[in-house]
Amino acid sequence: MVDQLTPVLTKRWLSPRSWTLKTYEQLEGYTALRKALKAHPDQLIQQCKDSGLRGRGGAGFPTGLKWGFIPQNDGKPHYLVINADEGEPGTCKDIPLMMADPHSLIEGIIITSYAIRANFAAIYVRGEVLHCIRRLNNAVREAYAAGYLGKDILGSGFDLDVVVHAGAGAYICGEETALLDSLEGKRGQPRLKPPFPATAGLYASPTVVNNVETIASVPYIVNGGADWFRAMGRERSPGPKIYSLSGHVERPGQYEAPMGTTLRTLLDMAGGMKDGIPLKFWTPGGSSTPLFTAEHLDVPLDFEGAAEAGSMLGTTALQIFNETVSVPWAVMKWTEFYKHESCGKCTPCREGTYWLVQILQRMNRHEGTPADIETLLDICDNILGRSFCALGDGAVSPITSGIKYFKDEFLALCDRNSKVLAGASA
Amino acid sequence: MTQTQEPTGVFDQDTVARAQAIIARYPQPRSALLPMLHLVQSVEGYVSQAGIAFCAGQLDLAHAEVSAVATFYTMYKRRPCGEHLVSICTNTLCAALGGDAIYAAVREHLGSDGKPLGHEETAGEPGAPGSITLEHAECLAACDLGPVLQVNYEFFDNQTPEKALELVKALQAGEKPHPTRGAPLTDFRQAELQLAGFFEGRDADLDGPSAAPETVRGAAVAADRGWTAPTMPENAEFPALPEKK
Ligand SMILES: Cc1cc2nc3c(=O)[nH]c(=O)nc-3n(C[C@H](O)[C@H](O)[C@H](O)COP(=O)(O)O)c2cc1C
Ligand code: SF4
Ligand code: FES
Repeated sequence: MVDQLTPVLTKRWLSPRSWTLKTYEQLEGYTALRKALKAHPDQLIQQCKDSGLRGRGGAGFPTGLKWGFIPQNDGKPHYLVINADEGEPGTCKDIPLMMADPHSLIEGIIITSYAIRANFAAIYVRGEVLHCIRRLNNAVREAYAAGYLGKDILGSGFDLDVVVHAGAGAYICGEETALLDSLEGKRGQPRLKPPFPATAGLYASPTVVNNVETIASVPYIVNGGADWFRAMGRERSPGPKIYSLSGHVERPGQYEAPMGTTLRTLLDMAGGMKDGIPLKFWTPGGSSTPLFTAEHLDVPLDFEGAAEAGSMLGTTALQIFNETVSVPWAVMKWTEFYKHESCGKCTPCREGTYWLVQILQRMNRHEGTPADIETLLDICDNILGRSFCALGDGAVSPITSGIKYFKDEFLALCDRNSKVLAGASA
Repeated sequence: MTQTQEPTGVFDQDTVARAQAIIARYPQPRSALLPMLHLVQSVEGYVSQAGIAFCAGQLDLAHAEVSAVATFYTMYKRRPCGEHLVSICTNTLCAALGGDAIYAAVREHLGSDGKPLGHEETAGEPGAPGSITLEHAECLAACDLGPVLQVNYEFFDNQTPEKALELVKALQAGEKPHPTRGAPLTDFRQAELQLAGFFEGRDADLDGPSAAPETVRGAAVAADRGWTAPTMPENAEFPALPEKK
């Protein structure tokens, strides 16, 4: 039996000055790199495939497969771009990882770049996290000084430059093709796919875009092997995962556990619901993943488990709300977010989110009618699957799932005389 | 390339040198635009027309191309900012825990003539000591520490209206309270210089705390109960080289 918590990515976080090269090297840091540089790049790609590692940025795409899509001997430069834009509401795992243990990401970047034959990598970090950017910059400087970056890394003949790139406040830049446009110095708007980044990514060259947690997992897979990684989690969703618990729980925070852990188990470790007030609704993986309720406490939180129960694993950002919070209010707040962050490129999302906000605000002022609920669902139907990128799909998740589980609360808002929760009580 | 290497107006020789250093980081020059706009804000406290012209000149772009980018991103401010930028998270989770109340209290306090301060408005003369630009922010990736706010992008965690008011009053009085996570406060412009990638002589900032109890909670519970990941094998082997198809 594997333990309930399996600190791998988080295991150094308690060490003093964990962000320094010195601490990192004392705790096995850069041992995986030395090992990897002696292997053939294709062996690393195969090992990543064997491990079953799936992207931690939300969609769960198999990482080794993605690396394998990069054409070889095509004469073009290859790039690795790290998605550190962490902006999905509820998601708060990558930023603490990069603050506490930036070298684990950098070691993963070097190994991955070697595997996909890239000589330039960029870490695209959202701009609002200065301390994180500061620590990353320092880690990159330390890695250059120690010969882990730059020319002829550790005498292997492999060269790599890494740049830390601060974004400027736009959630849509987390979408991988918008991120690439933004990194090219443009407005961050999604590109038409295909072509996929693997063939035409950064500067129209083959590019891998991976999440921070995904790439930080790589050195452990190199050191432990695919079977070790698979000893945690479930068959199709292996490995450890950082679950972020926030909201009305006694001890919110970051809990790294095997994939497939349930909210019941996590809540137990987090001391249960705050002040014992019962759970009402929660997001399994950020606000773009359909809401769950107390009925879903035993859903295994991995890619398959969350999907079978009607939601998505997303970023394992568990935002937990108790009975004092109004669902239509929470849904309105999230919808205001999507409206603000819609990049405006396509009509369903740009116009749709605008009208959704108008209706939800009116309903929350107790000026709605039952027909509004139908209108909301109708607009959602026109956004879902008809938008240019997944932001549009995400925007309708809170609304459709909110109405699915809590329709009475929306109906109650249409009756001026009914007593309903207005907004949230702090 | 017709890059302007000459200082222009408020953008002195040092700024030009920095702009060139940014360009040198990337395989293609235009990638330098976002950091360069942060650099411009470090000089002027916002992106002015002169700032747009400066970037356009450095990168050989049309003014309209730079404008289109500058207006897309919320961190580029179109009006001069205060000494400090205070950003309060009012996304759903923080709001439910008190973020809306914090924002309301701070707006009220910084307002004048009975009118609360609005989003991206400034209390005081922009740039003058104690001046504050206020904004409500989207999720700041710190929900486990919510409700949170930031001053010049450094984190103040687990806030209440009372704590936030005390903080804002201290900033107005010229004090610089230490963030919960982050480096000692300087001002908005200095933060923007760092976002452009210039950290000269600020090594001590690295020691600013980053791990709140929340951050390390799982790790601490595991340490307490003796829970670990499975032990790694002594010498995990790589798979054989896949056959070439
Ligand atoms: C609107 C939107 C925002 C996204 N934000 C992020 C993000 O902040 N970080 C991230 O890693 N992936 C984000 N993604 C997912 C990326 O598009 C992409 O799938 C991911 O970076 C791939 O990395 P992975 O395979 O390692 O998960 C977002 C997607 C969408 C549609
Ligand atoms: S779905 Fe929204 S964010 Fe995505 S391209 Fe369309 S307008 Fe932009
Ligand atoms: S909701 Fe405020 S930090 Fe996430």
